[in-house]
Amino acid sequence: MELFTNQVLAGIATGAIYACMALAVVMIYQAIDHLNFAQGEMAMFSTFVSWQLMQWGVPYWGAFVLTLAFSFAGGIVIERVLFKPLAKAPILTQVAGFIALFSIINSCAGLIWDFTIKQYPTPFGSTPFLGSQLISTHQAGMIGITVLLLIGLYVFFQYTRIGLAMRAAASVPESARLVGINTSWMIALGWGMAAAIGSIAGMLIAPVVFLEPNMMGGVLIYGFAAAVLGGLTSPFGAVLGGFLVGIFENLAGTYIPHVGNEMKLPIALALIITVLVVKPAGLFGRNIVKRV
Amino acid sequence: MSAIEEVGSQAPAVEAVPKRAMTLSSGTAFVVVLLLLVVPLFVKNFIIFQMTMLLIYGLAVLALNILTGGSGQFSLGQSAFYAVGAYTSAILMEQYNINYALTLPVAGVVCFGFGFLFGQPALRLSGVYLALATFALATAMPQILKLGFFEHWTGGVQGLVVTKPDAPFGLPMSQDMWLYYFTLAITIAIYIFSVNLLRSRSGRAFMAIRDNEIAASAMGIDVATYKTLAFGVSAGITGVAGGLGAIAVQFVAPDSYTIVLAISLFLGMVVGGVGWLPGSFIGAAFIIFVPNIAEGISKGLSGAVFGVLLFLIIFLVPHGARQVAMVAQQLLSKVRKT
Amino acid sequence: MTPLLNVKDLRAYYGQVQALHGLSFSLNEGSLTTLLGANGAGKTTTLRAICNMVRSTGAIEFDGKPLNNKSTESIVRFGIAHVPQGRGTFTTMTVEENLQLGAITRTDKAISSDIERMYGYFPKLKERHTQQAGTLSGGEQQMLAVARALMLRPRLMLLDEPSFGLAPLVVRDLFQILGRINRDEKVSILVVEQNAQLALELADQAYVIETGRIVMSGAAKDIAQDENVRKSYLGY
Repeated sequence: MELFTNQVLAGIATGAIYACMALAVVMIYQAIDHLNFAQGEMAMFSTFVSWQLMQWGVPYWGAFVLTLAFSFAGGIVIERVLFKPLAKAPILTQVAGFIALFSIINSCAGLIWDFTIKQYPTPFGSTPFLGSQLISTHQAGMIGITVLLLIGLYVFFQYTRIGLAMRAAASVPESARLVGINTSWMIALGWGMAAAIGSIAGMLIAPVVFLEPNMMGGVLIYGFAAAVLGGLTSPFGAVLGGFLVGIFENLAGTYIPHVGNEMKLPIALALIITVLVVKPAGLFGRNIVKRV
Repeated sequence: MSAIEEVGSQAPAVEAVPKRAMTLSSGTAFVVVLLLLVVPLFVKNFIIFQMTMLLIYGLAVLALNILTGGSGQFSLGQSAFYAVGAYTSAILMEQYNINYALTLPVAGVVCFGFGFLFGQPALRLSGVYLALATFALATAMPQILKLGFFEHWTGGVQGLVVTKPDAPFGLPMSQDMWLYYFTLAITIAIYIFSVNLLRSRSGRAFMAIRDNEIAASAMGIDVATYKTLAFGVSAGITGVAGGLGAIAVQFVAPDSYTIVLAISLFLGMVVGGVGWLPGSFIGAAFIIFVPNIAEGISKGLSGAVFGVLLFLIIFLVPHGARQVAMVAQQLLSKVRKT
Repeated sequence: MTPLLNVKDLRAYYGQVQALHGLSFSLNEGSLTTLLGANGAGKTTTLRAICNMVRSTGAIEFDGKPLNNKSTESIVRFGIAHVPQGRGTFTTMTVEENLQLGAITRTDKAISSDIERMYGYFPKLKERHTQQAGTLSGGEQQMLAVARALMLRPRLMLLDEPSFGLAPLVVRDLFQILGRINRDEKVSILVVEQNAQLALELADQAYVIETGRIVMSGAAKDIAQDENVRKSYLGY
């Protein structure tokens, strides 16, 4: 039983990473109605920017804030330059665009900062948290920031006019235009926010997985899985989905025989798919009744 | 919480491509086949090999096109079916000494069954959920192939080496050239089969499901059967392509069939034009040649160059090669009129 | 007096297909005007062209200012509220959020008192203000759509077939309220209707469209009395 609780705790700790990424995924899904495959690479690039700033002598929190601003602006620029012209293209073509963006960012980061692994600092320290060997202070800090972020997003979407406008633009774009909302800019704003949240995820994850251009590959997949599990439309579901995926992954690694590190991912995904087959809209997704 | 969504007023995820627009006119088809027959006689072996790979990837993209362009289901798991096909052929040839040509139908049937079975749970999923499920399949496949349990057959991480067949009946041609013509014959057969499939009753059912699933079921189309059938057919064709690929490359290994392959096939479909069958081969050319071109332009930034080239293509022709073909056709008919 | 809305030689296209063939009409501030016509005559297209939701040529002037080439969302800021066909409800949001969205372009402090005023017109909406709008009945959703449009404090409200799919009694209620709104709120209304009889009772001005052209115009009561017009164009 102790093994079980320990593994669940460890799962929550890794789950915080996925939760953070899943929040970014849900953010962009709300804005553009599909998944952005380049999201992880954008987060990776932001993390490198913050690392570079720290190399230049900027203190951690300074670099953190500057990177947030950079990512927000960067997200908007990417939308305006690359994806606004594709707004009327078929969805699958846009997905191809995400893949192209993935390739570009990954390759550029590799050229600028090369593919060697780099250490990345944490502001929370990495001593055991409250004497527990399973959760470090960094992981506890990460969970804390994720929860804060979630509360912030909830307040933003429920209680601010711009949040209301963004939700409206995402749910019925034509009606949103008819009440005077510039839906095109709402999408850009969604990209900016998703990029900023992604950068937070990247900066929190980097001390755990180390900094390198391919650091986000696995994380993004788990982030997608977490977001999908949570129902894609609910930030709360995304965070909970993140923790669940982390727990799944750890328990599968502990209790199923012959599970190497490489089989963890497929097993976690298989579990999620089982959940989806039973509940196709995810755990907290809105059930949409379709009619012709 | 529940809300009602008007499906009718929304554009479906996959564009509706009319049946007629899915194929080539007979004149164009004749010229293309003639070129495919004659060109290999005048080029080097390496180019023949690349043309063979083009046909093979073309088949795999075609299979995805039937699934996505035909029935509207999205898949990132095609690499898994391709892998199963490749391994089926390789194992039959190397462990059981079965003739390479006979292994292909087996690969096709095995993959059809696999795809059909996978289509069952996938029935409940659509859109991003289906993408994630197929994605899971694609990431799991290399790991499954590496499992110690199967090592006796699969050769584990090392994979299997496959012998390249000689031309039969003492025909005076190189192995590469024989394999090319062999692949070409199979490709043409599958292409004709696919065209006829989409023109048949099943094809119409696929397209009805693609355009509006609920209306299709209201018209009495057995949605579940046709959706799984589309998965099965698509997987079957992909399996044959995989088997041919194993013979052509002379090697199978788990890491040749990762998610990267599935993504490539997807890009091939988009570049060729979703739902336009001839475009599959143009898309295959894209996934074979463009990465090399990118590498040629800049070694360090080949990924970035590839991305930029891809962006250029989708900016210019968001509907892929199909759009180019349509514009060309309109121009031609204008020229003829004047 | 210059008309509030002046449309001249309006032509609209869906792809290659031309839907409006040089349509001209105008309406005065404070009036309640109706556009009548059969299915496919171009009524909805006319409203959509005013809000630039369909490709069109010709002159559209609102209060003397041209609206051509303005985006849909900026046309709203002129004070034109469009209630589209099918009502355009934000189904996943609450009734109150729908009303707030109607006033999203406003920056003044009177928004919450305006919401209360809307509840005065439509008490049903107050009862359901925390419900998801998608759970409302058709009639309630139509009321919500009208209330949402009024939240803009518009000078002109465009209504696209408000009676569509509603029970006759509900329609009667709705039209009475529309008349009151027109008088009390000083909102000019342009309403497109298939239910010609009812629309003519309510309106003071009427235009009849056939295949993308205006074929008849005049005071609503004159048109309602004209036997020939009624038989050939309005079908009752």
